[in-house]
Amino acid sequence: MRIIKAENIYKKMKEVILNAGTNLPKDVEDSLKRAYEQETSDIAKEILSQLLENSKLARESSLPLCQDTGVGVFFVEIGEEVKVEGEYIGDCLTRAMVDAYKEGYFRKSLCDPFTRKNTGDNTPPMIHYDIVRGDGLRIYFMAKGGGSENMSRCTMLTPAAGWEGIKEFVVKRVAEAGPNPCPPIIVGVGIGGTFDYAPILAKKALFRPIDDVHPEERIARMEEELLKAINELGIGPMGLGGSTTALGVKINVKECHIASLPLAVNIQCHSARYKEVVF
Amino acid sequence: MNTYRLTTPIKEEDILKLRSGDIVLISGKIYTARDAAHKRLVESIQKGEDLPFSLKGAVIYYVGPTPPPPKRPIGSAGPTTSYRMDPYAPLLYKLGLKASIGKGKRNEEVKNAMQEYKGVYLGATGGAGALLSQRIKQARIIAHEDLGPEAIRELIVEDFPTLVINDVYGGELYVKPKL
Repeated sequence: MRIIKAENIYKKMKEVILNAGTNLPKDVEDSLKRAYEQETSDIAKEILSQLLENSKLARESSLPLCQDTGVGVFFVEIGEEVKVEGEYIGDCLTRAMVDAYKEGYFRKSLCDPFTRKNTGDNTPPMIHYDIVRGDGLRIYFMAKGGGSENMSRCTMLTPAAGWEGIKEFVVKRVAEAGPNPCPPIIVGVGIGGTFDYAPILAKKALFRPIDDVHPEERIARMEEELLKAINELGIGPMGLGGSTTALGVKINVKECHIASLPLAVNIQCHSARYKEVVF
Repeated sequence: MNTYRLTTPIKEEDILKLRSGDIVLISGKIYTARDAAHKRLVESIQKGEDLPFSLKGAVIYYVGPTPPPPKRPIGSAGPTTSYRMDPYAPLLYKLGLKASIGKGKRNEEVKNAMQEYKGVYLGATGGAGALLSQRIKQARIIAHEDLGPEAIRELIVEDFPTLVINDVYGGELYVKPKL
């Protein structure tokens, strides 16, 4: 049995969460820089330059990148041979998030779905747990904004729809979303699983760095094909036109029922604040 | 494409000059309101109560800022997606609102209301909250403090940068996706 002290998880995750709100990941920033170089429209270049300036300012001033500092999403992969000592891991992660949001002057963005009363401390975080083999502990954190989450969709296609049906749904979704999710976006696509599992696949896909190439060649080709089709929509940064509607498309696939073809599209804005921590 | 500097309250003659694609730099007092605050504003109007600010010539900014860090008037403060305010916006334009600032598309009812009552919809850069906060010089909560980030704030802005998305002539700046 490997013992991991809850306090060490708390300290590390709090630091990571604080950092996520003000520091755009390098792969995202590099991708915005590449887009700036490639764009030919003046307005697209102007928007991208503002986003790069915003990123620099946020890093230097510790102001959050975006006022929507998001709902805290965690994926915890915990080895069956790991014992977290001192505190229940869910409480520990919640505490790390609450304290980081307080200390970082981040916005508290969660409320009761009916009364809309703010919970006041950004709780609860959305935590997914997977028990895995071995003695590792891997925690993924994402500060997920509401604007892009609102533009996400899930559907149950028929097997006959196939890749063409998947492609049509994803591209149409991005087209309908238009300027709303703060393009340039990153598109997480979950294919397969069940009604509940496809969106989780889509969200997990967003933890892959933008320049990451899918290890399976056929999926890597699908990602390229979707990215090309999405960028041909011409929506561009902030919906004002241009060749950069998406910075990347990440697909996550799982087997599904013979009757089904579940599909989920999770849209991520350009303020893609995500981090993977290995303990 | 022109650049205009406008000071609030905004006059109808200034609105009539604007065309989609123009840059508008706003100075003066503007008011923040998003989802929950809009619901309350419209409820107050329906009950005949006084509003926390005058709608005549007003500019509403759809934003829920982050808390102000020490020595700053406000935290990060970029626009939120506007369509959620669409159910409330036509009435506000009818009562004198001259501009709303947000990001993303508006529905036909809002566009029609803007044409009828001479108002515009201005876009600010979504996700540039740190950058935009530099143009906000003062901020104070004037109503519905219980709503936290959704409380109504009076902001004093200087050359707050926006683009005209929808003008009073039916012009629209957002591109139609090539499907």
